[in-house]
Formats: sequence, C-alpha cells, structure tokens
Amino acid sequence: MMELLRRVWTGFKALWPIEAFRRPAPSAEMLRLRGLEYSRRFFSPEGFTGVCALSSFVITMLILFFLIQQGLPILQYMGYGPYVLPLLKEMGYSEYIWLLNNGNIVTGLVNFVTGSTWDPSGFNFGILPLIAGTFIVVGGALLIALPIGILSAIHLAEYCSPTVKNIVKPIIELLAGVPSVVYGFVGLTILAPWIANIFSLRSGQSALAGSIILSIMILPTIVSISEDAISSVPKDYKEASLALGATHFQTVWRVLLPAAISGITASIILAIGRALGETMAVLMVCGGVANIPPLSLEMFLTSVKPMTAAIAAEMGETAVGSVHYHALFGVGLVLFGITYIVNFVADLINARFRKKFGGSR
Amino acid sequence: MSDEKEWVTIRNRVCIGEILFSIPTFIILAAFIIIIGVVVYYGAPVISVEFLTGNPGYRMLYGGEFMPYGGILPMIFGTLALVTGAMCIAVPLGVLSAIYLNEYLHEGKFKSFINQTISNLAGVPSIVFGLFGFAFFSKQLNFGVSLISGWFILGFMALPIIIKSTEEALKTIPRGFREASLALGATKWETITSVVLPVAAPGISTGTILGVGRVAGETAAILFAAAIFYQSSLYPASIFQPVMALTYHLYYEATSSPFASVNRPYEFGTALVLLGLVLLFSLAAIYIRNKSRKRRKGW
Repeated sequence: MMELLRRVWTGFKALWPIEAFRRPAPSAEMLRLRGLEYSRRFFSPEGFTGVCALSSFVITMLILFFLIQQGLPILQYMGYGPYVLPLLKEMGYSEYIWLLNNGNIVTGLVNFVTGSTWDPSGFNFGILPLIAGTFIVVGGALLIALPIGILSAIHLAEYCSPTVKNIVKPIIELLAGVPSVVYGFVGLTILAPWIANIFSLRSGQSALAGSIILSIMILPTIVSISEDAISSVPKDYKEASLALGATHFQTVWRVLLPAAISGITASIILAIGRALGETMAVLMVCGGVANIPPLSLEMFLTSVKPMTAAIAAEMGETAVGSVHYHALFGVGLVLFGITYIVNFVADLINARFRKKFGGSR
Repeated sequence: MSDEKEWVTIRNRVCIGEILFSIPTFIILAAFIIIIGVVVYYGAPVISVEFLTGNPGYRMLYGGEFMPYGGILPMIFGTLALVTGAMCIAVPLGVLSAIYLNEYLHEGKFKSFINQTISNLAGVPSIVFGLFGFAFFSKQLNFGVSLISGWFILGFMALPIIIKSTEEALKTIPRGFREASLALGATKWETITSVVLPVAAPGISTGTILGVGRVAGETAAILFAAAIFYQSSLYPASIFQPVMALTYHLYYEATSSPFASVNRPYEFGTALVLLGLVLLFSLAAIYIRNKSRKRRKGW
C-alpha cells in the first residue's frame, strides 16, 4: 500500500514542471565557498569603506523613520478635525485619545498645519502660529542679511585689496563658528534691552531681536558662498566687458552679478535652510508666545515662538507618549520636510552653477 | 572745462563702488567685534583659577532658592567628553566614507545620490537631531539620557563635515602620486593608506577640528538626550549617565534659573570659556588649512 502511494506520489510529482526547473540544493562545499566569497567581498577595502559610505543614508532614513513613527499619532488624532481633541479634553475623556487612532493622515496634516491655535494644555495643536513665527523671524533676518551679505561679497571679490581680504575672510569664518547659544545669550542680555529701550517695549524679546541675531548667524554663509560664486566667474567675462569700455561698476553690475546669480541664489537658499533650523538663538531671544502676529510692521515687535523654539522649550515638560509629545514630533517632521525641500533646491541650483563654471564649491 | 577734468580725476581715484560696497563689510566686522567684545568685557573679570578648576556649588538665598557659584570644571569636562566620543565615531566613519566616495566609486547616479544624502544630512536642523536621538537612543535602545546617546547624536552631526572636507582633501591630491605608488607595485589599498592618507592628513584634520568646533558649541541636539543641568555626582559615573555640558549650562543659567539676571557675570564667564574653546578650534582649523594650501601650490 505504502509502495503504491509512493509510486503515485512520484508520478504526480513528475507532472509538476517546477521540479525540473528547481536547482539542486547547494552542497556544504558550495555554501562554504559562497560564504567565503561574500566575506571576501565585505572585508575587502572596497567593501567596508562602501558600507561606511552608506552610513549617512542609513542615518537619514533612521531620522525620518523615527520622526514619522513618533509624529504619526498626532496626525491621526487631527484627522478627525481640529476641534475633536479640545472637545475630548473639555468633556474629561482625554484618556480615551487612543480611540482616535485611525484618522485620515492627510486631513490630519492639513488640520495640523493650518490650525491657528497652539495651546497644548487645552489640546489645541494647530502649528500655524509656530510656522508664522519661523517665517517672520527668518524673513526679517533675510531682509537684513541679504543686502549686507551680497554687497559685502561683491566688495571682497572685486574691490578690496588682498590684504583686507586675507583679514576679513577668516573673521567671517570665525563668525560662523560662534556657538548659537552664545549668540542667543548676547541677544538676550545686550540686544533685547536695547530694543526694549528704543521702541519703549516692556520686553525686548521679540521677532526683531531674533531677526537681527539670526541675520548675523547667516551672514557668513551668504558672504563666503556668494564670494566664491563671484570669484569663479571666468576672467574673460570681466576682461571682455572692460575692453568694451565699461567701467568697473558697470562690469560688476551688468556682467559679473548676472553670471554669478545662480551661485548667489544657492547661497541665499542655503542660508534660509540654516535659519529655519536654528534653535537656541531664537529660543532665547524671541520671547516664546505662540500667537499669530498682526500683518503689519508691528509684527516684528511682537513676541513669537518659532517651530524650533517650541520643540526645544516644551519637550522637557511633556510626558513621553502624551499627545503633546507626539505633536512636538509632528512639528519636527514638518520642520524636517521644509528644510529638506529648501536644501534640495539649493543643491539643484548649486549643481547647475557648478556645471556652468566649475567653481570651487 | 578744468572743473570737469578735476571731477573726472576725482571720480577715477575714489571709486564710488569701493566706498558703497565697503560699508557692509564694516558692518559685519562691527557685529563680530561687538559680540566678541561684549562677551570678553563682561566675562573676563570672572575668569580665575578657581572658576576654571572649581566645582559648582549652590548657595542658599532668601526664600530657600539656590544660586550657583564656584567653578565650571565639570561642564568643561562634560563638553570635552562629548566631543571626544563623538569624534571617535565620526572620524573613522567619515574618513572611510570619503575614501570610498573618492577612490572607489565612479561618477554616476549612485555617487550623486550619496552626495545628495550627505548634504541633506548636513542640512538637518540640530533640534531634529535632538528629537531623533531622544526617540532612538534614549527610548528605543533604552540608553536613557546619557553620555553615549550624546556621542552618537553629535557624531552623526559631525559626519557630513568630516566627509566633505576629507573628500575635498583627497580630490586635490594629484593623480601622479597614486600612479607612482601603483607603478611601484603597491596595491590600491596600500596606496591609499601609505600615500594618499598621509598627504591628505592636513585636510582631514581641518575637517575634524571644524567638526569639533561645531559639536562643542551644540546645544539643541543634546538638550533632551544627553545633557543635565545639575547632578550630585558632577561627573558621569558611567557612559549611561547624563552629562553636564557648557552649552546647556549657559542656556539653563541664562533663561531658566530664577537668578538669571543676578548671575550675569557668572553666565558671561561661562560664555567666554565656551567661546574661547570653540574659536580656538576654528582658528586652528583655519591655520592648518591655509598652511596646507600654501604647500599645495608647490605641486
């Protein structure tokens, strides 16, 4: 009986074409050789340096993964609408938050980003005030730093003597090395009282103070990269223009600047990326009130709370795993997204500029 | 006629652009001098041997509040410990990455992808690094608020700087150096370790020192995962204990302490020590780079 079954089974198996295509199981010897081959590949110089080179990719992915993992719950909660969480809190059911764990993430993101009240104790998690704070401070910093930075880059590249350049460039690099907490401290102790005096405010901790400090922090980026861009415009351009009878100023204005414009743009966008992510200075100087300021010049004198400052100031007071905790990770996720896009654009422009002239950066 | 001629000569001698464009540079220099000057002016009187080598203490004030006095040695130690560990992670990883990118990898899509990732990593805000470090090292890997979390976070932050500057140093080495070594029968790896790396050493050390400067001045990244304002043992007993760092100490003293405004001299002293430490590293990096640039002109 068993014999018959076996024969039937064998015949049945023969009907399967898969058997015919299946490779023989690897022998022990083959496995050993394959293992040797893989280990030889890995332990070769090319192998392990290659693994190291992948590390920055792995780290970026890890950062993204943990931001999403911890930030996702708030987007799900907000997916039920911006008023559900405060209502739950009002009714005293805040421990049943987990019931909201299935909201639409896209709707949640929209509610999260466009919500106009940031009040963690009342379970209002709309980050528009924080985004507004960030953009006011960064916008103000750009208004100050752009003219100063670009004119200074032109001066260093075209007008000043080599001696001056050799003194000024290292100083600008040193300025880039000053820790942000020192900038924030000087802003807090020196700049804020000045602003309070000049505008007769109660406290000088305002968007204006943040903008001024931030502009000093991004100036080195703008100056050094723009200077590189202007210097790497080929000499022929300048000589051709001068030979046609243009003055030095006309040459700079009409020839060099248009030629270097994409490098200068890249420097500006890179500086915006830096400014968006700057934490300690804006945390110490901006005052930290999460309100949407009025749309007038007065907004620079109000106290604002940029996204980075909100994370830094509130993370210490929240319980791990609370809604507020997830909301702060949500803010981090939005911040990461914005800076990622900004840096990506800067890289694209920079690559195009490099292709054009083969500059040093 | 002669008036016009005079005007033309004056205009030629004193270039309008020169005056116009030099003002912004002066503004930048003035900002630099004001910031450094303020910190030095208010901080220098506090600096003493006791301040640099003493432990912080807390004096009772009215109402049972505390006010710090004494020195900042544990914070200096904490900052140096963070920097050393971070560099032990970042330098080998960064240098090996740069070697792969420059010596083994051919130009192409994969290379530009990796370069893109590196510059994106450099652009990640430090507070996001802090969030990530807290979620990953402190919570997921259960390191807690500790020195070792700080090492990893700061090491990852310094990685792009070190990769970029090492790559730059490797790129400037002439091909003849490598070809000569290969022609003598050395393998590629022997060429890298005995010819390429020694020549690139100044560039690598410039990158390392720049990384040290950035890491030593970093606050936001260690805010949640590594730093503590005060612990009774002062120094971390193991790598799984939090650490007192200069930057976090300055931030906390200046904003969160109830005696922030009474204690300004102490805070300025801390700021001066931090600034001195960081600027020393930056100056060293600039010095080494300029020196190696001069040498490179000979090739």
